[in-house]
Amino acid sequence: MAGLEEILQRHPVWRGGSFARLAAALPSGYGELDRELPGGGWPTGGLTELCGSHEGIGELALLMPALARLTSAGKRVLWLAPPHLPYAPALAAAGVDLAHLAIVQPPGRREALWAAEQALRAGSCHALVAWLRHARYADLRRLAVAAESSRAFVVLFRPPAAAHEASPAALRLALEPAGGALALRILKRRGAPLAAPLHLVVKRPFHALGRAAFPLPARRDAPADRRVGLPVHA
Amino acid sequence: MLWAALHFPCLPGETLQQIAAWACQFTPRVSLEPPRALLLEVEGSLLCFGGAQGFFGRLREGIAAMGFEASLGVAPTARAALWLARGGGETLEELPVEAACEGEAQVFLNQVGIRTIGELRRLPREGLARRCGQRLLDDLERAYGRLPEAREFYVPPRRFAAHLELPAEVAHAEGLLFAARRLLVRLEGLLAAHQAGIRRFKLILLSRKSELPVEIGLASPTRQTERLAQLLRERLARLALAHPVDAIRLEAADFSPLHERSGGLFGDAAADAEDWVQLVERLRARLGPAAVYGLATQPDHRPELAWRRIEPGDWDAREFVQPGARPLWLMESRKIQETEFTLLAGPERIESGWWDGDEASRDYFIARLGESLGWIYREDGEWHLHGLFA
Repeated sequence: MAGLEEILQRHPVWRGGSFARLAAALPSGYGELDRELPGGGWPTGGLTELCGSHEGIGELALLMPALARLTSAGKRVLWLAPPHLPYAPALAAAGVDLAHLAIVQPPGRREALWAAEQALRAGSCHALVAWLRHARYADLRRLAVAAESSRAFVVLFRPPAAAHEASPAALRLALEPAGGALALRILKRRGAPLAAPLHLVVKRPFHALGRAAFPLPARRDAPADRRVGLPVHA
Repeated sequence: MLWAALHFPCLPGETLQQIAAWACQFTPRVSLEPPRALLLEVEGSLLCFGGAQGFFGRLREGIAAMGFEASLGVAPTARAALWLARGGGETLEELPVEAACEGEAQVFLNQVGIRTIGELRRLPREGLARRCGQRLLDDLERAYGRLPEAREFYVPPRRFAAHLELPAEVAHAEGLLFAARRLLVRLEGLLAAHQAGIRRFKLILLSRKSELPVEIGLASPTRQTERLAQLLRERLARLALAHPVDAIRLEAADFSPLHERSGGLFGDAAADAEDWVQLVERLRARLGPAAVYGLATQPDHRPELAWRRIEPGDWDAREFVQPGARPLWLMESRKIQETEFTLLAGPERIESGWWDGDEASRDYFIARLGESLGWIYREDGEWHLHGLFA
């Protein structure tokens, strides 16, 4: 066996288990995930797809450490067509420097694609987080090409059904809830496939997650109880 | 001294001054020779443009970009350069006399068989002065540098207005870009002469029936034709014309000083910031100003008022006070039934707004809704979903 190791050391043999070498990666902030990602982090200069089974399972919290790291280093981040309002106090609490974040709400799919390409062509956009509804394969292809010619971290949120479709993305993850944690299945990466899903504990209101549900508090007689309140957090 | 003369075979009225303003980017010593020529003293400028070849290359490119044709003459004296540009020859001696004089003098010289300047110069001086006037003789002396020539230099104005008649009516707004670009090149030259940039400009689309002003604002001062044209393209793409346009006018004032910055090799934060400003500007030109915004926190206990839209980059982290657990997605609050969720944590009482009439008194809970983690509240006995812990 020692002989085999020696041969592998001496000869440039590519082994299926090793990852493609990527120029630069952005640490995700989750060590278990970084170990499974080629380059040791989120790919920059490539398209990453996240297919969440539901909304509100921690899919954004997964990105927060990386976005916080980028924005606090003065790198700009663009959110394209978010489906809800990104809530500033929660972003700031997650460590995102809002001075380096911009939101773009294009009216339609074509404008969204155009805006994504503009952002990726500009060198100053270091991360693009996009939501594209009804994206076709050709759209994804355009986005992937634009991402590859940039040095940005490009994340595209896709509907759950998209996990079964083909995609030109460099990295694809399916996200599912798993108790209090987030289960990640790596659908595609530049390297050997990963069979078992990863369970990450993303930063969400922890105190709520470990607890069993409690019964609804007794309903108070609202009108009778209402008085002029003082701001309790002042 | 080295003079360059530009002679324009055909030139619409009042354009000469604008070309002079454009030419002021090459040298501060630009002199008008009405009706159709410009004189530039260029000796000191050649080095800045990488020698004579680079300089005259740039000059020719610029004139072509503005949509004009010109012949160029270069000589040690202004008069000689002008004659060379008009006559189109290699040396002064070989030039036809038409380059130097016109009218009666020219007819007379032709009649006596004088064809070139060289022949003209060999004529007896007294006789020439008597027959054709002292002026021609003086011009000849000036061309050969034996008499000094005092020239007045053009001072470029601090505002820009240029008009361009279109060769044919244009019905699609995007078709105007080609014509507008010619005016933008002139504007860039004038701004370069002042070492200035602009933050806004106006393109007025003229038709027989109406005038349609298109105003473009910029996030940072610039004079680059490319950047201005790109913004104009995005704006024109959104524009529907009611009448075909037959002329355009470009106006700009309020020049602001623009300092040249040397580009950094890598990681240049200032270049990054400028690039970002231009990206926001491009996105807004096409998608509208409201489509691009930044987020800021606001000290208010009512969750829907604890944030606001701002200009991207306008946030100061010091204004943030960490509240309790807040969801990353805030939603339009909608009613939910008690059967839809199970409570996990809470309550957090938020009572606020009694002073501005928008009173809120709510108990917020973190709840599980199916697979999602939601932020819900109870007000007046009703349950509402207000956010998702995404």
